[in-house]
Amino acid sequence: MDDLDDLYQEIILSHNKRPRNEGELNPHDHEAEGYNPLCGDRLQVYVRGGSDQIEAVQFTGEGCAISRASASMMTESVKSLGGAELEAKIAEVLQILTAKEEPTVDPFEMGELAALVGVRKFPPRVKCATLAWHTLQAALRDKNSISTESDD
Amino acid sequence: MPEFNIDKIRAAFPILSREIGNKPLVYLDSGATAQKPKAVIDRLTHFYEFENANIHRGVHYLSMNATTEYDEARETIAKAIGAPKVEEVIFTRGATESVNLVSNGLSETLVEGDEIVLTLMEHHANFVPWQILAEKKGLTLKFANVTDTGEIDMEHWKSLFSSKTKLATFTHVSNALGTINPVKEMTAFAKDKSDALVLIDGAQAVPHGKVNISDLGCDFYVFSGHKVFGPDGIGILWGRGELLNAFQPFQSGGDMIEHVSVSGTTFRQIPERFEAGTPNISGAIGLAAAFDYMENEVGWEAAEAHEQSILKYATERLSEIEGLHIRGTAPDKVGVISFTMDSAHPHDIGTILDTCGVAIRAGHHCAQPLMEHYKIAGTARASLAFYNNREDIDALITGLEKVQRFFG
Repeated sequence: MDDLDDLYQEIILSHNKRPRNEGELNPHDHEAEGYNPLCGDRLQVYVRGGSDQIEAVQFTGEGCAISRASASMMTESVKSLGGAELEAKIAEVLQILTAKEEPTVDPFEMGELAALVGVRKFPPRVKCATLAWHTLQAALRDKNSISTESDD
Repeated sequence: MPEFNIDKIRAAFPILSREIGNKPLVYLDSGATAQKPKAVIDRLTHFYEFENANIHRGVHYLSMNATTEYDEARETIAKAIGAPKVEEVIFTRGATESVNLVSNGLSETLVEGDEIVLTLMEHHANFVPWQILAEKKGLTLKFANVTDTGEIDMEHWKSLFSSKTKLATFTHVSNALGTINPVKEMTAFAKDKSDALVLIDGAQAVPHGKVNISDLGCDFYVFSGHKVFGPDGIGILWGRGELLNAFQPFQSGGDMIEHVSVSGTTFRQIPERFEAGTPNISGAIGLAAAFDYMENEVGWEAAEAHEQSILKYATERLSEIEGLHIRGTAPDKVGVISFTMDSAHPHDIGTILDTCGVAIRAGHHCAQPLMEHYKIAGTARASLAFYNNREDIDALITGLEKVQRFFG
């Protein structure tokens, strides 16, 4: 398997083609816009519930296959999580994408999210994959917008 | 001048023979920055190995020689671009700094209510400085629409002029679409219709054919060295001397002063007026070497004809791909092909092409207002130079077939 097959694994392509939970969530308690000024992609994340307990997450927006698949998988994987468990999930995904050291990824434990590790071989694309997760964090903190090019 | 031979031309660009991930490099991103011929690389090496010294300072041989080389570089470039007076050619860091220098200069004279006419196809470099100036001074910016083929809507553009128009600025060639604008006619209209000064952004025009500034009738013309096969960090502002000398200096320090005393400082005239501190000496000399190379080794006409033939071939081949849409189909274009695909996002196209050794640009091309106009986040852009050949286009097509295998 070459690097490209690692990046565009079936699971990524499937989420890109048929994203789960795409569309505005109504009603919602939190929302935020994530923006990647380098490519102009925008992503809107809507959350029902909150940090204590997420009831549902949906997203809208334009983006590449990586950002859409990551957003789609994010909406599925954080549903009904809350508190420390939610924080750990977000931290885990950001860690496998951005840690300096090659992370050990257990596909049995991580499930579909393990597919995101292929993005590591394409450094310019890492921000595409992290965008949805940072936008979720922003929404939960009632921060209306985040940019991949700002510090937090 | 030797006859145009594409294989010999390609051999003169060392980077074109390297591989990217075991695949021959196919460089289709010259709109972002052009590759450099050996003549330019050698000139820079020679300067640092044998000629390096600061200019306008020393009584010693090397300093005097570097000063001469630097001054001659200005003369070479002035001649190459048809600048009527050598001193009107100002060395800057690039087109962006050139525009900023003019906007800074005009900030002294423009007053609240004055209007600037721009177009929606401007690069951010010829957009943001005016936006900032407008906010600071209470100016009104008016933007000409772009048609579906990617041309300036001339009727609309003409309708934007009024007695308050103090500046009209437009790009010579659209960086995102490749459209060549009728800048001479536009300048004539602006001059006829108003008292407006005219600034032309030539960053994407100069690499694609001979530009003769004297013929255009404009007041300012800007471009970057790195896009015209020269080094980065060097660029040109050409402006009418009487206008430039009336501007306050953009930066201040050494070399640009006439006399400094504790009670005050007087400034020199152009070009030194705008070249504070030690300039990019090697960059200026390298840029002159790039123009020498184009004039004496390649020939602008032959380069342009070859690029147009590759553009035609590329346009035909790309048009055969189902679900691919070329953005910018003006009859008068340089070798820039922006496109979108129904099945794949520009970034995914860019990544897959990269694994085929094909370098293109994906994104908004620093022309977000234009992307908004087309209601797209960005495009994939293949941009050509005279060193590209049909094999480059074939490799692009093969890469796009791979994109379709993943996303089709």
